[in-house]
Amino acid sequence: MMDGRDFMKGNEALAIGALKAGLNAYFAYPITPSSEVPETLAREFKSPEYPEFRMFLQAASELEAISMVIGAASTGAKVMTATSGPGFSLKQEGMSYAAAMELPFLVADVNRAGPGLGNLGPEQSDYLQATRGGGHGGYRNIVLAPNSVQEMAAFPGLGFSLAFKYRNPVVILADAFLGQLKEDIVFPKIAPERFPTPWAASGARGAERHVLASLHLDFEDQSRHAEHLARKYEEVESAEQRSDSYMASDADVVLVAYGVVARLCRRAVKELRERRVRAGLFRPVTLSPFPSNDLKALVDKGVKKFVVVELNAGQMILDVRLALEGRGQIESVHKMGGLLPAASDVVRRVEALSK
Amino acid sequence: MTVVQGAPAAEYEVKLGRLSTLTGRPTHYCAGCEHGILTRLVANAIEELGLRERTVLVDSVGCSVFAHDYINTDAVQAPHGRAPAVMSGIKRVRPDLMVFAVQGDGDAVSIGLLELLYAANRAEPITIFLVNNAIYGMTGGQMAPTTPEGMVTTTTPQGRDVAETGRPLDATKLLAGLDGPSYVKRVVLPIAPMGSTDLYSARGPLEGAKSVLNAFKVQMRGGFSFVEFVSTCSINWKMSVLESKRFATETLAKLFPPGLYKDKLGVEKG
Repeated sequence: MMDGRDFMKGNEALAIGALKAGLNAYFAYPITPSSEVPETLAREFKSPEYPEFRMFLQAASELEAISMVIGAASTGAKVMTATSGPGFSLKQEGMSYAAAMELPFLVADVNRAGPGLGNLGPEQSDYLQATRGGGHGGYRNIVLAPNSVQEMAAFPGLGFSLAFKYRNPVVILADAFLGQLKEDIVFPKIAPERFPTPWAASGARGAERHVLASLHLDFEDQSRHAEHLARKYEEVESAEQRSDSYMASDADVVLVAYGVVARLCRRAVKELRERRVRAGLFRPVTLSPFPSNDLKALVDKGVKKFVVVELNAGQMILDVRLALEGRGQIESVHKMGGLLPAASDVVRRVEALSK
Repeated sequence: MTVVQGAPAAEYEVKLGRLSTLTGRPTHYCAGCEHGILTRLVANAIEELGLRERTVLVDSVGCSVFAHDYINTDAVQAPHGRAPAVMSGIKRVRPDLMVFAVQGDGDAVSIGLLELLYAANRAEPITIFLVNNAIYGMTGGQMAPTTPEGMVTTTTPQGRDVAETGRPLDATKLLAGLDGPSYVKRVVLPIAPMGSTDLYSARGPLEGAKSVLNAFKVQMRGGFSFVEFVSTCSINWKMSVLESKRFATETLAKLFPPGLYKDKLGVEKG
């Protein structure tokens, strides 16, 4: 558009956002509702506008795609792939290896309904899989939760910063609604960040060589590596919690929601305030690390009730309980199967609670 | 053991002593295992081509998982069976690098067959050395995709019944049937006893040396290269080293006949 604004789907914004963040390579496997990500990138491949985008390749399977991501990321390149639930499960093998080998890259999961094949509607049912490290062994992903097309465009840049800073896979956890939603956005004009990669396996110079491996046969070595990873996750936990809140500081009841649900909860807060219920909204932007500190601060300010609204039978609520450590009353509102709760449903539930 | 003959390849020089492409660390491979020989052949070829600083080794899962302990280049460990995909990922963003893997038959022909076939079909300029010893070695001797009919393994205690499990898969023939690969070859690698004498033939290692070198040359010219090495696993075959060499060179070699199956660029002609 003439005024520098663009109008596009969340999935397209994610793709263009990654290009503007200096994406070098994308390894694709199609799955609805994420396929506009590889389709957009295939279209832009070899475009003079993105000279750093050196490789687009469609793999034969999700396993092959994530393994290609591992290979390219091992050389220090900026790499991404996107998928949805069933494909995200298959990515877990590679993500476990990548966490162990400390490889930085982005994986977007455009969450559809599940379990199993599920339908193509939005859910947030991959929350635990994404935030806990859904593969084998003890590791954590860094997980970002956009709630608009604008954030779909911005989070690849943030994601690469965090991925390279901590040498860790970063998940952008969206959902079918955000992937397909079309909105007005502005791409910020910033130069792609450059990250030093002294650890990369890209040909040994002199005696120096780099071995990226996840097997340490000696128990002491494996233990040292596991402790090193654990310390890293603690560092991420203390430095990278991000959240947003809306009218929460003087609230009696705070809605806790992320992604597309946070948007309808914002509307619910407005309606509740009109009905003289002092409601507020707390939106985790990082799901891992979960923004426990900011949430705890609300209890300290006197918030007594929390209503966790999510598109699953209660997954993020576990982190809310952990964060609040038994303080405050916590209720759950949920919807599944591709359906979204109406803001009016949320208003009714909160009003009932406030009586 | 007296090694006497072979088909001395005039163009091939065995570099003696310490190579900068080897770490010098003693290997964990069992006595009589061909992995040690292949490690030396690979290091020798990398040295010969002067490629050590441009090479990335991709470790597969199996006995070759510690290849980086012996081969002194940059290395990346792939998930089980995924080495060809990891190699493709490296090569696609860094075409200037030389990328190779040593895979076992379980890794390449069973759990990783899709990755192998697709990398070959895309004609990725990478090099794969398949050590086919007809058994899962590292996990303790289970049936592999290449286990011959009747062979006793821990998961076929009565011998492999091909009516139940299908016939042994021939990866070399599969790949040679694709348009993608430039170089497909099979070598029977063991140093072989010659009849009932105490003489041994080094034809396998010498042919292997030439093939490794050619495989790398094919990659440098932009082609996909694959060499299968028919090998032994005396420990899991429950044979003496000598018996295992006989079994490989007499029985396995019939099931997996050696030869040049594909050479699009004509590297063997020189």
